[in-house]
Amino acid sequence: MPAELIANVALQGILTGLVYGLMALGLSVIFGVVRVVNFAHGEMMTIASYAAIVAFGAWNIDPLVAMVPIAVILFALGYVMQAVLINPFVNRPEHSQFILLAAVAIIMVNALLMVFGPDARSVLVDYSLDSVEIGPLLVDKVRVITAVLALAIAAGLFAFFRLTRTGRAIRACADNYLGALVVGLNVRRLYALTFGIGSACVGAAGAMMVLLIDTTPSIGPAFTLQAFVIVIVGGLGSMPGALLGGILIGLSEAMSGLFFAPSAKSMFAVALLILVLLFRPQGLLGRKA
Amino acid sequence: MTKLTRRQFAAGTVAGAALFAGSGPFNIVRAQGAKLRIGSIHPRSGYQAQLGLACQRGIDIAPRVLKQLGMGADIEIMSADTESNVDVARSRAEKLINDGANVLIGAFDSGQSAAIAQVAEQKGVPYIINVAAAPQITEQGYKFVFRNFPTAPMLVGDGLNLMKGVFEKSGITPKTAVFMHVNDTFGQSMAGAIKAMAPRFNLPFQIVETIAYDPQAKDLSVEIAKAKATGAEMLMPVTRLNDAILMVREMVKQRWEPKIVMSPGAPGFYEGQFYKTLGKFSNGMITNVPWYNPRSQLTQKLLDEFTKTYKNEMFELNVGFSFEAVMVAADAFNRAKSTDGKALADAIRQTRIENHVMAGGTLQFNEKGQNVNIKSVTLQNLDQRPKVVLPLDIAEDNLLLPLPSWSKR
Amino acid sequence: MIARLVDGVPKRALILLGLLMAAMLVAPLLVDPYILSVLVIILYFAYTGQAWNVMMGFAGQLSLGHALYVGLGGYTAAALYVHFGIGPWAGVWVAIAISMAFGLGIGFLAFRFGIGGVYFALLTIAFAEFTRIGFDHFDWVNGSGGLFLPVEQYSVNDLPNLRGSPTMFYYILLALTAGAFLLCRWLLTGRIGYYWLAIREEPEAAQTLGINVFRYKMIAVAISAGMTALSGVFFAFYYNNLFPEQIFNISRSIELILGPIIGGVGSLFGPILGAFVLTVLAETVTEVMHALGYEIPGIKQVFYGICLLVVIIYLPHGIWPPLRKRLGLEQKP
Repeated sequence: MPAELIANVALQGILTGLVYGLMALGLSVIFGVVRVVNFAHGEMMTIASYAAIVAFGAWNIDPLVAMVPIAVILFALGYVMQAVLINPFVNRPEHSQFILLAAVAIIMVNALLMVFGPDARSVLVDYSLDSVEIGPLLVDKVRVITAVLALAIAAGLFAFFRLTRTGRAIRACADNYLGALVVGLNVRRLYALTFGIGSACVGAAGAMMVLLIDTTPSIGPAFTLQAFVIVIVGGLGSMPGALLGGILIGLSEAMSGLFFAPSAKSMFAVALLILVLLFRPQGLLGRKA
Repeated sequence: MTKLTRRQFAAGTVAGAALFAGSGPFNIVRAQGAKLRIGSIHPRSGYQAQLGLACQRGIDIAPRVLKQLGMGADIEIMSADTESNVDVARSRAEKLINDGANVLIGAFDSGQSAAIAQVAEQKGVPYIINVAAAPQITEQGYKFVFRNFPTAPMLVGDGLNLMKGVFEKSGITPKTAVFMHVNDTFGQSMAGAIKAMAPRFNLPFQIVETIAYDPQAKDLSVEIAKAKATGAEMLMPVTRLNDAILMVREMVKQRWEPKIVMSPGAPGFYEGQFYKTLGKFSNGMITNVPWYNPRSQLTQKLLDEFTKTYKNEMFELNVGFSFEAVMVAADAFNRAKSTDGKALADAIRQTRIENHVMAGGTLQFNEKGQNVNIKSVTLQNLDQRPKVVLPLDIAEDNLLLPLPSWSKR
Repeated sequence: MIARLVDGVPKRALILLGLLMAAMLVAPLLVDPYILSVLVIILYFAYTGQAWNVMMGFAGQLSLGHALYVGLGGYTAAALYVHFGIGPWAGVWVAIAISMAFGLGIGFLAFRFGIGGVYFALLTIAFAEFTRIGFDHFDWVNGSGGLFLPVEQYSVNDLPNLRGSPTMFYYILLALTAGAFLLCRWLLTGRIGYYWLAIREEPEAAQTLGINVFRYKMIAVAISAGMTALSGVFFAFYYNNLFPEQIFNISRSIELILGPIIGGVGSLFGPILGAFVLTVLAETVTEVMHALGYEIPGIKQVFYGICLLVVIIYLPHGIWPPLRKRLGLEQKP
């Protein structure tokens, strides 16, 4: 097999993986702090994707621009969801939380179906089908742009959690829930804020995603699953882990597609997940629970 | 090659209307006072919703069109949604029959169709399958199940035959091909049929690589990179809709330009969404698939009604086959003069409809309940819509090969 | 042993249960075929929910991948029937054995490595997905093309080959559901039931008390997987076709556990009640929407989702525990 082919496919895999990583980052941030697994994650991303499609269709706004207001809207959605629905469930058993979010997911998928119908939608901007030549490699321009943006957003998020007061407060209540209560932090508000931030991530990822794939209402669950695989491989709750997980999953899908049957490529991602769960259940970059 | 102009088209339609108004295509004796209740059952939500809704449109306009044709049996359409789910399909079928459906029509998906077939058989209610290709359904010995859609082997047989015609007509004969297929029920039936039948057809090309991909694939970059690396002259895809779009988009991005892209009989390339999404890049793709006969006056009639009712939707084979299913039911009802399941099934078995929508011979069913007279045509996407290019007697335009490069489309 | 089953159960509860059973026994004579098909679905979900409940409700291990065992059971029995002509009554044992082996394998890996909670739940999804894609490529059972069982005449009920009318399938399921109910009652009132309770509520304390936590978790997984396999066999012979895409699908796993969660996790009657409520709700919503003329795809599921949300918010332990209290059916201490 020619080396350029392998290099090309590997690069595409990494670039796509970074956008997946951004989506999974949202899930990881939420779990790391609120300790609730967001089973409606992919569905929230689908909402963001439809918002980008509407913005483009109605006002011709490039999804990469629309990304900013969409992230804000998703932040609000996440904030409200946590404040109203999820906060009372924080101390309930896992299966209760699961059903709560699964119900939210069912409502989201089908509300989108009611509004937008089942057709696949996409956004075609004038650079959608461009490719850049880097030496012998031919790289999809949109993938490069979205991957760079995903990295930038992730870096911004790191900075937020390390450098700002609110960011540190959120980390404090993730590390020590009781301690945070004792020192008088408003934990419920911080949880809502965190859920909002995680949702904003997935909002940005959803807006970018319309340039990469076609969106249908029923695509959400597949992304929820993909986000799980990524964060568990990287480490549930670890932010660099989510990006690493994204890259690894992107790469493993690309490589297994190249060397084995492409139809079985998600099996390799799941196999990776199973291996990680068995031998390093906290994930590659996760801390021991 | 005769090119049908718009004026000729219009003239044909007028003549057709006059003809229908005069005598009507069938010797119809109206069933007195009775009403035929047709249960239409399709996946209208869930992941197959898109195509289930397309089928439903064909069913919904059928009673009106049939009335215009003078085949105006008193028809009531009862609709149900399978939610793209086998158990729901089964219980909805029970419900329809319980509510008084005399005939069932559905269901686009093979698994759901198989589940409905069992219920219909048990209850002795005729079931006409409009779209579903898994060959097993009409091999199970049912007495009340009829299928007016080709099986996967029929599709592949026609598809491969027509390929030879395309090579002959264009003078371009590829020596190598890549076969890409979606790995779902339909894709695998097609792949199986191709594997079994290709040797018999003496095809000029060799399949150098078979690439199966996940039906839920979100991008096909690896698959296309792999296909491109083979350097094959022809791409032979079996797709559904979304993956067909992904495939072409990725081909443009990776600048892969095989001489021919020809599907042996799968959806995707000819669907409204494909043109809407890809614009000029949709041009050139070839599909060998059962299609409406553009020369049939009945088709024109149906097309008029369809465009009047659904302005933004495309008229394609799902609509055509769904309409024909209603026509079969209405015709049988008119002859049986009864809504009794047994009488209707016997009447359907006697169906002989010469003048219909889809290309091919007389619409009739063999002892297994399968219509074996359906014929595929060669469609090519030209001017961002599907046009029949072969066989020549019903062709709407000329075959365009080799494909121009992406930048010139 | 029999005494143990009814010990401490209020007389009223026994009478009500008897009446329900009697009603279910005569139901096929009274209802139309459509209602019968709905009853079959209800019993199917009730039985499968009960099987899941053994693992989650009794032993506290959340499985979100139970479709795996349904699929394995269904495929095993169907493949034996199609390829070797081995009837379902023989095949079912193989199906149970294979499902149990898978369950034990997953349980061994997870519990040995100390995986629990969310991680265990996600592991079960992962294995179900892995198997789904694996079966898509498993040519012996026709991969994603689907496995079709031969369908012959329906006029005769052929019990040995599980070929026959819906009424026959209804009674088989009724027997299974009743059997599962009794089995679970028997398990819960025995020593193992108390061990499970301890493991579920206080795993550390259970360990210090000398309970072999690993062993009893494994037993729960094995019983649950084996019971679920039976529902797969039923599915295969009732629907006569199997597709990996559908039977192993994650949405299947979720469908299966909604009933017991809504009914009441850990309670014996919860899965049965949950299956009734959800199925009847789904059918009613469809009918009401139809009658009102709202033919918008998706509207029914939205309503369904809202109902789920309301139940889970206001009845955290499911419908059955508060209802049981209201009816005065609480078990005497």
